[in-house]
Amino acid sequence: MPVVLENLGKRFGDGAPVLDDVNANIGKGEFVALLGASGCGKSTLLNIMAGLELPTSGALEVPSDGAAFMFQDAALFPWLTARENIELALKLRGVGKAQRRVKAQELLDLVHLGGAGDKRPHELSGGMRQRVALARSLAQDRQLLLMDEPFAALDAITRDLLHDELERIWKETGRTIVFVTHNVREAVRLGQRVLLLSSRPGRVVQEWAVTEEHRTDAGLAGQLTGVITARLREEIRRHAK
Amino acid sequence: MPSNPTPVVDAPSTEPEGSRHITAALTRSSSGHEDLRELESGLDSLQSDAARKHRIDWSRILLPMAALVVLVLAWQFYVSLGVKRRDLVPGPLDVLGQVGVLWGEGKLQEAVWTSLQRGLVGFLISVVVATPVGLLLAQVAPLRRAFGPLISGLQVLPSVAWVPAAIIWFGLTDGTVYFVVLMGAIPSIINGLISGVDQIPPQYRRVGTVLGASKLEMALQIVLPAALPGYLSGLKQGWAFSWRSLMAAEIIAVGGTIGFGLGSLLDQGRALSDMTVVMSAILLILAVGILIELLVFAPIEKRLLRSRGLLAGSTR
Repeated sequence: MPVVLENLGKRFGDGAPVLDDVNANIGKGEFVALLGASGCGKSTLLNIMAGLELPTSGALEVPSDGAAFMFQDAALFPWLTARENIELALKLRGVGKAQRRVKAQELLDLVHLGGAGDKRPHELSGGMRQRVALARSLAQDRQLLLMDEPFAALDAITRDLLHDELERIWKETGRTIVFVTHNVREAVRLGQRVLLLSSRPGRVVQEWAVTEEHRTDAGLAGQLTGVITARLREEIRRHAK
Repeated sequence: MPSNPTPVVDAPSTEPEGSRHITAALTRSSSGHEDLRELESGLDSLQSDAARKHRIDWSRILLPMAALVVLVLAWQFYVSLGVKRRDLVPGPLDVLGQVGVLWGEGKLQEAVWTSLQRGLVGFLISVVVATPVGLLLAQVAPLRRAFGPLISGLQVLPSVAWVPAAIIWFGLTDGTVYFVVLMGAIPSIINGLISGVDQIPPQYRRVGTVLGASKLEMALQIVLPAALPGYLSGLKQGWAFSWRSLMAAEIIAVGGTIGFGLGSLLDQGRALSDMTVVMSAILLILAVGILIELLVFAPIEKRLLRSRGLLAGSTR
């Protein structure tokens, strides 16, 4: 099991806990969508898995080499070209110079940006930037890839395409992916499993399996989306005064 | 939206059995690898801007020239009114004549060369000293808390104030001039670098951490390049401070082994009560400042901003 979360809790200062008693197991090569309303601590949970923050209680097990991370905004460095952004990730990992060049081109080809390597981030569209960011996180060469709403700021057409793209890359590279989103359709589209996180405190309240059937049958997928949406709304309604 | 000719299936769950061919955003939207590649490259070309060509913009050259001509004409007009005595307010032609005389004597070249050389050497030493110090102060919180106010204070302190002390310590030597220049330029470069670092989006550091950058790698590979626009304006200000401090030092400290610079020329004009020399020196000091800005800093800054996409919509 690359990721095991046991009774994980997190609070900032003396405030109410953001995460409380979070339990989850994520297997190698699995694609898990972490779903929740705004403010449920999804990002905090991801930051804890990435080692950017420490939990205040509980235990977690993550791969010893850490995790690759992809942010909502591409967060590419504007002073580097697309290729150099990827090469920097390789360099910080200690890959030699000649090999960096080859590997960066491979990764650019993987995200279908082989011809745009010498462009600066500001010359790329939002979708292209996210693909460079995806290539950069793959350059880190970690088994675990954490994604924090990476497609939330994109237009619908681009997002649909990137869903296909991400699914393809996941199958080609065999990564374990934890994908945080507040979009039920996106969670059902991508995840093999959808974990629903409650709000204040965040806790895994229910999970659903998404089969290959759901991917090809829009009717079935729609049904599942309906069920999950209803459960999510129930969770949100609990906070009404 | 006008009427849509193709019927759209909105609620897939109401479809009867056997509707497995329907694809919506929820299911895969492309069919196969090649299809996906084509769709993406179509979208990419729709969404990215076509490369724009850069041409020479004549208004950039002609407008400043026109402004200069207008100012000189106004000056000549004022002088021709005869409000003040000609030896107190010389006209543009008188000053131009004096510049010619100074050039003929070789004084002009000597003064400009001496000052420029000192200014540049002093500035480069300041850059070498201020850059690591600034980076260290910006990255290490306790150091910054301790020394930050002092550095800001030094930037406010006019560096002319150091001239008397420098004369006592170093006498009338080049040491005095360089000391004053360094005291002027170093704090302003440090401050520029620190404020450049402060303006880095916090996301960059997080990315650096995630990518596994060590402290040194973070400082050199991420913080320094990210802070480059702020650092560059710090350098510009640092150059301005060196040039000003240099002139102040040259005007006050004359004689000894100190060479003959533009400030010395200015002071000589004052001593001889020759207004044309004074005006020539002032204009030369101004001209050097403008040339350095136009030939050195402006192209670097423009390139830097353009490569980061920060130039669009600016009036530069």
